[in-house]
Amino acid sequence: MDPVKVIEIKKSVFEDNDKDACLLRKELKDKGVYLLNLMSSPGSGKTTTLIRVINLLRDKIGIAVMEADIDSDVDAIKIKEATGIQSIQLHTGGMCHLDAEMTRQGLDNVDLKGLDLVVLENVGNLVCPAEFDTGACRNAMILSVPEGHDKPLKYPLMFSVCDLVIVNKIDVLPYFDFDLEKCTEYVHMRNPRAQVIPICAKTGEGVEKVAEWLLTEVKNWKNK
Amino acid sequence: MHELGIVFYIIRDVKKAAEENGVEHVNAVVMNIGEVSTIVPDYLMDCWRWAADKEDLLRGCELRFNILPAVTFCEDCHQEYPTVEHGRTCPYCGSEKTYLLKGNEVEIKEIEV
Repeated sequence: MDPVKVIEIKKSVFEDNDKDACLLRKELKDKGVYLLNLMSSPGSGKTTTLIRVINLLRDKIGIAVMEADIDSDVDAIKIKEATGIQSIQLHTGGMCHLDAEMTRQGLDNVDLKGLDLVVLENVGNLVCPAEFDTGACRNAMILSVPEGHDKPLKYPLMFSVCDLVIVNKIDVLPYFDFDLEKCTEYVHMRNPRAQVIPICAKTGEGVEKVAEWLLTEVKNWKNK
Repeated sequence: MHELGIVFYIIRDVKKAAEENGVEHVNAVVMNIGEVSTIVPDYLMDCWRWAADKEDLLRGCELRFNILPAVTFCEDCHQEYPTVEHGRTCPYCGSEKTYLLKGNEVEIKEIEV
């Protein structure tokens, strides 16, 4: 039997994805398109929030949505019916997250002409999507009141990679032991730069602040 | 839960390295995995067996790993301490202004051919 030969590799398994992500960001910059990676647990209200925000912004900028799920196309259809904008469904084939390559494949199916903003609605999950850079310009996440204000402590990585934390379902605050002040404090422990915006996607309360944040982000991305 | 995705990354990288070195079969892959990398070694092994055996290059290939200790640094008292035991709060001065120095590695160290 041949003697064992050892080949040194010494390479992070995330290295290729990080490179792909940086390249994708640069290409988006050249095209003047801002990509937002939106993450949250299942059922926190990503799609409902998106519909509200899109309806506030669609006359001002060109928007498209990529919905990522393990299966089904209910979200993509819902967005298209409620807003009329371009909306495509990505299937992750059982995977719990999207990486930069999958995001690129998704973008290849989006007609970028006239677009300023593409929102990637990631798979509902607070763990895995935070590990993989999708190539988006920014990460945002939605935490809903029933999930509890301690989530930034339990899922630290998710909150440390997000620049915007939307606290959704504030209409049910009276029925839950959710402390908004504590939540904000915990978010800032993980990322001092993160902005926290409380909203109710169902009634539309506070949603205009999310729309403003996005509009400023898109403008800065194009001008910088 | 993301172990399967990571296994696909490992396979891609090992295939590339094997190709560059003209290797026809890999006997073992050795990983460096940080204590707080969020990887569950048992899950990684299960996913590895399932995915690796589908590749000629990796059929029967063993996956081994070194677990690297996690160390956190305190910005207030400038001391280092073991992360898993004490978390984000410095055991020396109680400060929460701390950051991880090492321990989240997910790295392919070497392959045996």
